[in-house]
Amino acid sequence: MIAPNTCPETCAPGTCAAERGHVVNSCKLCAPLGASLAYKGVKGCVPLVHGSQGCATYIRRYLISHFREPVDIASSNFSESSAVFGGLDNFHKAIDNIASQYSPELVGVASTCLSETIGDDLPMFVSEHRKARPDGPCLVCASTPSYHGTHMDGFHAVVKALVAALAAPGPKGKHVNIFPGFVSPADLRHLKDLLASFELPYVMVPDYSETLDGPNWDTYHRVPEGGVSLDALRLTGSALASIEFGSIPHCGLKGGVSAAEFLEQSFGVEAIRLPMPIGIDNTDALMKLLAKLSGASVPDAHRRERGRLVDAYVDSHKYLQGKRAAVFGDEDMVAALSDFLSEVGVEPILCASGGESGALEAAVSPKCPGALVLQGADHDAIDRACERLKPDLLVGSSRGYQCSRKLGIPLIRMGFPVHDRLGAQRIRHLGYTGAQELLDRVANALVEHKQNASPVGYKYI
Amino acid sequence: MATFLKEREKQVMTKGSDDHEIVCSKASLAGSVSQRACVFCGSRVVLYPIADAVHLVHGPIGCAAYTWDIRGSLSSGPELNRLSFSTDLREKDVIFGGEPKLHQTLLDLIAKYKPAAAFVYSTCIVGIIGDDVEAVCAKVTAETGVTVLAVQAEGFRGSKKDGYAAACGALAKLIGTRERKTSPHSINILGDFNLAGELWTLSEYYRRIGVEIVAKLTGDGRVDDIRSAHKAALNVVQCSGSMTHLAKHMRDKYGIPFLRVSYFGIEDMSAALYDTAKHFHSEEMMLKARKLVNDELSHLLPELKKYREALQGKKAAIYVGGAFKTISLIKALRVIGVKTVVAGSQTGDQDDYRLIRQLCDDGTVIVDDSNPVELSTFVRDLGVDVFIGGVKERPIAHKLGVGFCDHNHERKESLAGYEGMLNFAKEIYATIKSPVWRFTKSSGGLP
Repeated sequence: MIAPNTCPETCAPGTCAAERGHVVNSCKLCAPLGASLAYKGVKGCVPLVHGSQGCATYIRRYLISHFREPVDIASSNFSESSAVFGGLDNFHKAIDNIASQYSPELVGVASTCLSETIGDDLPMFVSEHRKARPDGPCLVCASTPSYHGTHMDGFHAVVKALVAALAAPGPKGKHVNIFPGFVSPADLRHLKDLLASFELPYVMVPDYSETLDGPNWDTYHRVPEGGVSLDALRLTGSALASIEFGSIPHCGLKGGVSAAEFLEQSFGVEAIRLPMPIGIDNTDALMKLLAKLSGASVPDAHRRERGRLVDAYVDSHKYLQGKRAAVFGDEDMVAALSDFLSEVGVEPILCASGGESGALEAAVSPKCPGALVLQGADHDAIDRACERLKPDLLVGSSRGYQCSRKLGIPLIRMGFPVHDRLGAQRIRHLGYTGAQELLDRVANALVEHKQNASPVGYKYI
Repeated sequence: MATFLKEREKQVMTKGSDDHEIVCSKASLAGSVSQRACVFCGSRVVLYPIADAVHLVHGPIGCAAYTWDIRGSLSSGPELNRLSFSTDLREKDVIFGGEPKLHQTLLDLIAKYKPAAAFVYSTCIVGIIGDDVEAVCAKVTAETGVTVLAVQAEGFRGSKKDGYAAACGALAKLIGTRERKTSPHSINILGDFNLAGELWTLSEYYRRIGVEIVAKLTGDGRVDDIRSAHKAALNVVQCSGSMTHLAKHMRDKYGIPFLRVSYFGIEDMSAALYDTAKHFHSEEMMLKARKLVNDELSHLLPELKKYREALQGKKAAIYVGGAFKTISLIKALRVIGVKTVVAGSQTGDQDDYRLIRQLCDDGTVIVDDSNPVELSTFVRDLGVDVFIGGVKERPIAHKLGVGFCDHNHERKESLAGYEGMLNFAKEIYATIKSPVWRFTKSSGGLP
């Protein structure tokens, strides 16, 4: 069996993975996965991973297992000679073959560790292809080598690349840009409803609410319906403001600026950053902002949702007060989930992420001053911290399952990936109603745990 | 089929209306959404089930993260293979070289986990930045006394099949390094990965006919058993695509003959046992094999009857990795009354496709290295009722309102041997007979 996990004394808490250099059971994925995901949120887009065949195939398998939808991602299928002589020929062929099979509006290209290491110049490839095929699909590319950052950096790099390539100047409109970050398709649909309820026109980037959680089909859709259109992306340059969710800087790779910051610098579109709207405080902040931007008051329906949520907080508080949670996953999600848990009396004692922005500690400390924050963590470090801290529950992806099984505590599945339950694409996190669902799931998991642990067999609890 | 890729024309044929041989064993086209993976994937698939070894992926994080504990290979003891180790190469390693990190990582992991051996998989950029992985492995072997084997698995160096060859190369280095006594009727099992404990079922069959198993390559595999694999009298090879390299190597080096088998379906499972008995020229073994097959069939056939009656005339599409599986599945489906109308694989060769062509009826589409655009078209045009494939094929079937059976390495259901045949029939029946398809066929007539 596996040797017992003991933390060597040389490995201080908080720096485990970083200090030992290697990773045991990763808590991050590579940048091209996030890039492909963001491209899936553009209408008529086929992502192209410029590298070896395995990159696209592994990413497809990983995303399909979470969303349970077809996820077509093309690959430029590097061979030994492309690795030696460069991937330009494969790039041209790949775009032509995608165009003939899929008739896409956009091919979204993501680089890989391989293409970056051999020095393939994607922006140059793109401009050459445009010259050779003026009638071809629109092309956007992002630099996403997997030796740099995480899947979230790849995601944000593509969001930024999309607006940088397409945003156009124009007279200031009444619409807002919304950059929600990596949330579920159900979350995206909720955000759209929310914006519609304020009668606020919007451009949401990315929008995979339909492409990765669509209805059944009569015929196979080579490119699924839905996504933000190229015309809408052009409008991001003339928006009233940009709303970017997340407490962690979305500078993409190599210290750039986020999509919202880019639009502010290039087009004077005000950039407004909010924490992911999970829990009451964070959602209140969003409601106030939407009211301000739209000039309308918060619709009554939302006030009632909020009221029901407060009522539910009260109903459940005795089950939750004083419980201790370990939260892990993508940094923005960890920060916002920790905010939510601390609102309902659950103390986040461990906040961990594979991300290495360096900003997680500052993001969680205001509400969770006592939490151990692990940045650049792997699941080996998270598991050992949990063995030491003995939380009552785990909140995060399916990758925490083995820890939950070992410690005999519930895992409430949120974020990504959820590969061992149905409905990952419909997990709600955002807004008052999202918090309502999270609250019920957390509280019920603890009630069930108590019920199962009791020898009495209460059916009334 | 106008929008299929023109260069792939010869990789698809319809039996009865096309005459050409299937063109196969070639690289996928740039820009195709191939269902194949890469060299790294091929090597990882073969070696992953060796449960008492450290499997270290040398490269940036992706390759290790996507292959952490995703396969259904079970171990009866250690489970070191379920941990995902990566050197997590960063930009500075790419610039200055990853050798120091690899060296230190191996020393740390060997000290901590005390593995029986370690495999180091090179991923794409390792070859490009020029790390001498062989040298580091040799150094660590000398320093620690634990065998560390390099697996050249850079993704771009060919296809998944080349990854199989790289894995077989690493296994070949282990074989022959430990002596032990074996019976004259001893075998190695090659190419079964103990998905859902299938190899345990097979081991029990072999035990019942008086055959000793020396090494399992690689399902529920152990390093020491593999070291002694050269002492077996026969290699029994399933999954010929992945393991034939090794079988040929052992034949040439140690004079061990090999038999090709498949454990899927009644016909192939029984042939595997009979062929083994025939090989050993043992009357006694043949009698035991006949008795085993009769015993098993006397339970199985009455059970299958109900499924055959219910499934008669249904149509299946098969698209899996290895062509040996396609071949077995065509036969297994026939036993339960299901006709194969699409038969394909990621990595089949000419012989495989010729055999598939022989087995199938006119009108069946035979395809090599297919993609979602093609597969979805076949499913729709040929009126398929059930698709047999892996995770990447599932949403194609489900979105089009067609049943699905997972026959890939992630599965958790045993589908090998006689009990596997029954499980297979049950699964095909369950998916085809589900009442949900009624709703996918119409929009409900809503006003």
